[in-house]
Amino acid sequence: MLKIFTLLALSSLALFAADGEKALNINAVIMFFIFIVGTMGITKWAASKTKSASDFYTAGGGISGFQNGLAIAGDYMSAASFLGISGMIFLHGFDGMIYAIGFLVGWPIILFLMAEKLRNLGKFTFADIAAYRLGQKEIRTLAAFGSISVVILYLIAQMVGAGKLIQVLFGMEYEYAVFMVGALMIIYVTFGGMLATTWVQIIKAVLLLSGVSFMAVMVLYHFNFSFESLAVKAVENHSLGEAILSPGGFISDPISAISLGMALMLGTAGLPHVLMRFFTVGNAKEARKSVVYATGFVAYFWIIITIVGFGAIAFLNSAEGAQYFVDGKLFGGSNMASVHLSHMLGGNAFLGFISAVAFATILAVVSGLTLAGASAISHDIYANVINPNATDEKVVKISKITVVLVGIIGVTLGIAFESQNIAYMVGLAFGIAASANFPILFLSIYWSRLTTRGAFIGGFMGLITAVALVILGPNVWVQILGNEKAIFPYAHPALFSVTVAFVSIWFFSKIDTSDRAKHERELFRGQNVRANTGIGAAGAVSH
Amino acid sequence: MDKELVKRIKANPKYAELVSKRSSFAIKLAVFMLVIYYGFVLTIAFNREFFATKLSAESVMTVAWPIAVTIILIAFITTIIYVVKANGEFEDLEIAIKNDAKDLL
Repeated sequence: MLKIFTLLALSSLALFAADGEKALNINAVIMFFIFIVGTMGITKWAASKTKSASDFYTAGGGISGFQNGLAIAGDYMSAASFLGISGMIFLHGFDGMIYAIGFLVGWPIILFLMAEKLRNLGKFTFADIAAYRLGQKEIRTLAAFGSISVVILYLIAQMVGAGKLIQVLFGMEYEYAVFMVGALMIIYVTFGGMLATTWVQIIKAVLLLSGVSFMAVMVLYHFNFSFESLAVKAVENHSLGEAILSPGGFISDPISAISLGMALMLGTAGLPHVLMRFFTVGNAKEARKSVVYATGFVAYFWIIITIVGFGAIAFLNSAEGAQYFVDGKLFGGSNMASVHLSHMLGGNAFLGFISAVAFATILAVVSGLTLAGASAISHDIYANVINPNATDEKVVKISKITVVLVGIIGVTLGIAFESQNIAYMVGLAFGIAASANFPILFLSIYWSRLTTRGAFIGGFMGLITAVALVILGPNVWVQILGNEKAIFPYAHPALFSVTVAFVSIWFFSKIDTSDRAKHERELFRGQNVRANTGIGAAGAVSH
Repeated sequence: MDKELVKRIKANPKYAELVSKRSSFAIKLAVFMLVIYYGFVLTIAFNREFFATKLSAESVMTVAWPIAVTIILIAFITTIIYVVKANGEFEDLEIAIKNDAKDLL
């Protein structure tokens, strides 16, 4: 493993030498390598502790509520959140907050209605819950499709962030940067599994929270700790003027507003890499605690990132900030606003730190995503559908192969989608999670009349509707495919696709009168008892 | 799950108490959160001008910001409220139910 890493490091250094317009930042490079070496050490340690499939997927269930809270918050504070939201605030002001709030309010809802039941019914993936009393084959296939779609979309967003970041710092070719992230991620996940992924995530969460806090304090320091003065300066320096202080043209009509809101909130409850984290703790009590910590960290992060975003407006759009613009556009795109801001505030050393943190953020999140994608294939499809008698070893091996495949797909698509705003891409991933994963999960927990047929047909209809409407919508149909007018007028399809999913699941369950359906409905009683009490839950601590 | 066990637990009044108390509490909090969030989203959709209202005559700050921060804090506080209750009262009930069914576990 160390050999691979050394090769990777050498080849990337060689690439840095082939520099473009911006000079190589030594501080940043040193920070990068400290982080990479450190996390490789963790991966090595984790690899030695990862023996069974349970270790690989859930770190053996031995993560504490506080640690898991940090890790969940880490999964949340992805490149899209950190770079994307601060970039959005930099461009549009308050509109960036609409995303932030949507991401956050999904949390309490998951906690109140689902976290505990997930923990009590599941083992490795969220499909375990839906497949508890329904047909393994159908439900797991469906869930795997949903998970993979979300994982890939989310992965693209992170890859784009990583590529841009490294491009800005080293003048390294975008494609090579994306490739490097892909390679590192594959190493973390294949060798260290969930344990390494979790620890990389925890370390990154701590670094990120301290980094942005420092940035926010520096910004406020320049304005005597008055948000009002900061806002005055930001309004003065932004081309939109006072419009940045209230919702703008970002969400232009009520249907888009409701649809995006729905995607952000319900999507949270359908993100496979976050749902997986409920299985890394020992019991439901710890699962609940971890949500409290996670919500606290994320809430704090959003408040701080607002200050960073406004700081970026105030500082970068000034005479000294002009150096960060090339042809009137921010170098590296709006996603790089907070990175450039760190340079203005703390010089090369702080730029190095923030860049390393941003890079760590991306690595940690892509690792979690890849693991979720790999579990969907190996645990849901392989171990439960294709070969139910597979040994643990075999399943973990399939996972590792999948990790490599997901890595390759992520890199390829990351290159193809280079110019997309990453927060927007994540919005789409949320839309699909809300339409394909959430309805099945929710109804399988709460609705006793649900049948396999209903879930299967309805779930696919939700997924297909979401994907189709995204393709036919303005962002893909017009901006990527170059057509003149979008067939579907709204950028966010969740309102329609979630409705399609719920209605068709309900309808096809309702008309299902088969013996199998009857049997499945009878099983609900037992499932409900377990969901409510945790009796029989995997890995539960006995009292 | 074992049929006998399901039957026994279902017959335990503590189980009924746990389920009804917990779900009504969770639903109340969830509805509360949904109302706040959709209130925010719908205000943006239908009455965007409201958010542009200035905090005071001499301030550039709009009401949008304190509202946004308040929603973030409310999300955190309701989370704490739920967990305190779930990890205390509801957890105790759960343990009691498990104790009552000990011989079948």
